[in-house]
Amino acid sequence: MDILQILISDSFWAAAFRIATPLIFGVLGALICEKAGVLNLGIEGIFAAGAMAGWMAVWLGAGLWGGLLVAALTGGAFGLLHAILTVPLGLSQHVSGLGITMLATSLSYFTYRTTLPNVSSPPRIVPFQPLDIPVLSDLPFVGLVLFQQTAMTWLAFFMVALVWWVLNRTPLGMAIRAVGDNPDAVDAQGLSVYGLRIGAIVAGSALMALGGAFLTMSAFDAFFFGMVNGRGWICIALVIFASWRPGKALLGAVLFGAFDAFQVRLQTEVGALVPSQVFLMAPYVMSIIALVIVARRAEYPRALLTPWFKGQR
Amino acid sequence: MEGPDFSAPLPMTNNLVLSLKALSKRFGSVVANDAVSIDLHQGEVLSLLGENGAGKTTLMNMLFGHYMPDSGTVDVADMDGNMHPLTLGHPQAALEAGIGMVHQHFTLAENLSALDNILLGSESLLRWRQNHRAARHKIAGIIERTGLSAPLDEKVGNLSVGERQRVEILKALYHDARILVLDEPTAVLTPQEADTLFENIGAMTKDGLSVIFISHKLREVLAFSHRIAVLRHGRKVGEIATKDADEKSIARMMVGADTPVNPREDIAVGAPVLQLKSITVSGDSARNSLQDANLTVHANEVVGIAGVSGNGQSALASIVSGLAGPDHGEMLVDDVAITRFDPPNLLKSGIGRIPEDRHHDGVIGAMTVAENLIIERLNDPDVQKNGFLRQEIIREHAQELCRDYDVRGPGIDAQARLLSGGNIQKLILARVFECSPRLILANQPTRGLDLGAANEVARRLLEARKRGAGILLISEDLDEVLALSDRIVVIHDGQLIAAKDKDRASIGLMMAGEHT
Repeated sequence: MDILQILISDSFWAAAFRIATPLIFGVLGALICEKAGVLNLGIEGIFAAGAMAGWMAVWLGAGLWGGLLVAALTGGAFGLLHAILTVPLGLSQHVSGLGITMLATSLSYFTYRTTLPNVSSPPRIVPFQPLDIPVLSDLPFVGLVLFQQTAMTWLAFFMVALVWWVLNRTPLGMAIRAVGDNPDAVDAQGLSVYGLRIGAIVAGSALMALGGAFLTMSAFDAFFFGMVNGRGWICIALVIFASWRPGKALLGAVLFGAFDAFQVRLQTEVGALVPSQVFLMAPYVMSIIALVIVARRAEYPRALLTPWFKGQR
Repeated sequence: MEGPDFSAPLPMTNNLVLSLKALSKRFGSVVANDAVSIDLHQGEVLSLLGENGAGKTTLMNMLFGHYMPDSGTVDVADMDGNMHPLTLGHPQAALEAGIGMVHQHFTLAENLSALDNILLGSESLLRWRQNHRAARHKIAGIIERTGLSAPLDEKVGNLSVGERQRVEILKALYHDARILVLDEPTAVLTPQEADTLFENIGAMTKDGLSVIFISHKLREVLAFSHRIAVLRHGRKVGEIATKDADEKSIARMMVGADTPVNPREDIAVGAPVLQLKSITVSGDSARNSLQDANLTVHANEVVGIAGVSGNGQSALASIVSGLAGPDHGEMLVDDVAITRFDPPNLLKSGIGRIPEDRHHDGVIGAMTVAENLIIERLNDPDVQKNGFLRQEIIREHAQELCRDYDVRGPGIDAQARLLSGGNIQKLILARVFECSPRLILANQPTRGLDLGAANEVARRLLEARKRGAGILLISEDLDEVLALSDRIVVIHDGQLIAAKDKDRASIGLMMAGEHT
């Protein structure tokens, strides 16, 4: 089987979109925070918290959509903590973000262990099932690639459009972009810099948690330690790759998904010749190369990482 | 000078629109404003004049709600002319009362279009889409009445400084400002742009708008206002109708004493000390570029570089001080070609530097005054022996220089950052002049200094000229360039063009890129 055959197979692209889905949520969440001027390195932990909270809520009987709501609220809560530390208190966004990642990850494991002290393998839930859309799902190629994904993938696509619309077509979006460029401009117009930034971080963190929830509620059916596995960090890189644009963020996430799906398939083809670690590494190497090419021209939000204090000008 | 006629009596009903009553503000032990009262009438342009640190901006920041005054009140007229007290400490309250402020540093988001900046904060954040059509209609009306034009759909980051300022003013007017505060509006404009601004202001006041205009430039204050209020050390020290004022009288009010005029003796120029030959620097922007620049500075000569900031002055200063080398071309100091562009080498060739940003590049704030005075010659045997600094000599030397150059502050062992801007500049002058440089690069030497300190800097520069040094003066203040220079060269878009004579109007045109 040659490489070309992999690239045109429908199962390969279906896998690419499946892998991309949590990244789409995560990169949109990180993008909203950064557009408002705050880096959110809590993302890796918020993924874990969302994965844990959503799954546990379903297991406790909340239903799948109820589980997503719980995941989003959990993410929002960690986001609020990050926001309080970095916006009105103006602490280092790096330090606070890494702290949130460690806190959220550990709290997730802790909750899991204390709730289920005696299990050797986690209880399974019934996850989101592929949406079977009449006619469309039966189309060749496209039918399998797009129309047999779960509702969460569609939710991710919808979020791309929603975030784009809000950021580019609404007064709220203008205010969020302005607060990430020049907070003084927002303050001078009588809008609240703190309110906008805190709101953006909470909303962005809720989206990140949905990305985590996808792992336990759609890709798999239970919570495992270490299952986030660096996806949050990839999102931070993808935001720069996407130059803070939602459409490009979708593209970046799908590209990364494609690399990842590709390396799995390539491994089965030539795994005997090359150590498997090389393949596992490939998507990350590719994203570093893509970043080097794209990020040189990246236009960072001007006020990113810069705290703003009321009454100081 | 072109522009609206401000000498005519105000065609107004004398309606009071704003009344500041005994506003006071202290920062720690510093009194920024001491019971300042000011009235403003409809259709009036009031100049608020004062030196840096006189309290002008603090006063306006209290009016606009950025600072909370310690005591005092403000009354503002509503649409019908009735006076109401203003809630202090809230920008939103000031906006709603019809007060708009254009800050010296623009409050614009560069990543948004001009239109979106103007609309910012005017629509409910819960709206699902923006209402551009109604907004454009309203803005078109404002532009028609005032002549303020700006490309509305362009990102602010791509606009010129003059255009950004017009966007700021449009923003205030769009938010129905009836009182407009302009903080040093001409500091960043070419003379022509400034004239356009004053024409716009004239049109706006005819429309019923009232303007408070903060400035320290006597010339424009006299030309473009109805009334002048002068602040000194946080107090209002005078108020005068512009038609009764002249430059000398308001300067005296501002400083509290007569300002000496520096005599500029005619001296025959000597041999060339600095020659730039076809210097080209291709930077990433016009700010950092020079194109085929030719320039000669002779001994006993001040050559002034006039231009709006960001036209290549930084590139020129970097070359002359050795911070960067040119891509093409040659530089000669005292007829010796410079082959290695690094600061110590150029220092040794006899170039003294007064850097643009005196706080960042002129001193090391965490080191003492005495240390800063010797920092350019650490290898000099006067200063060190076998690698050890000779503290006694360094301190004596510092005492002497501080006395000679009148550097005031907490003493020679205090950190340099504790000195005021004027005293830091005197420290730098002392350090530069002590080495008797052949050429002095004076980059914005008086920016931000009060009149007294600025005068002292100018006097020292002219003294050095008399002694035989060549001086390359880079300044955005055209008045300063005109006052000090023997010859003027205009810098625009990375090109140096010699001015034929010291004519303000033609130099202004050249600064805007129009060759006469």
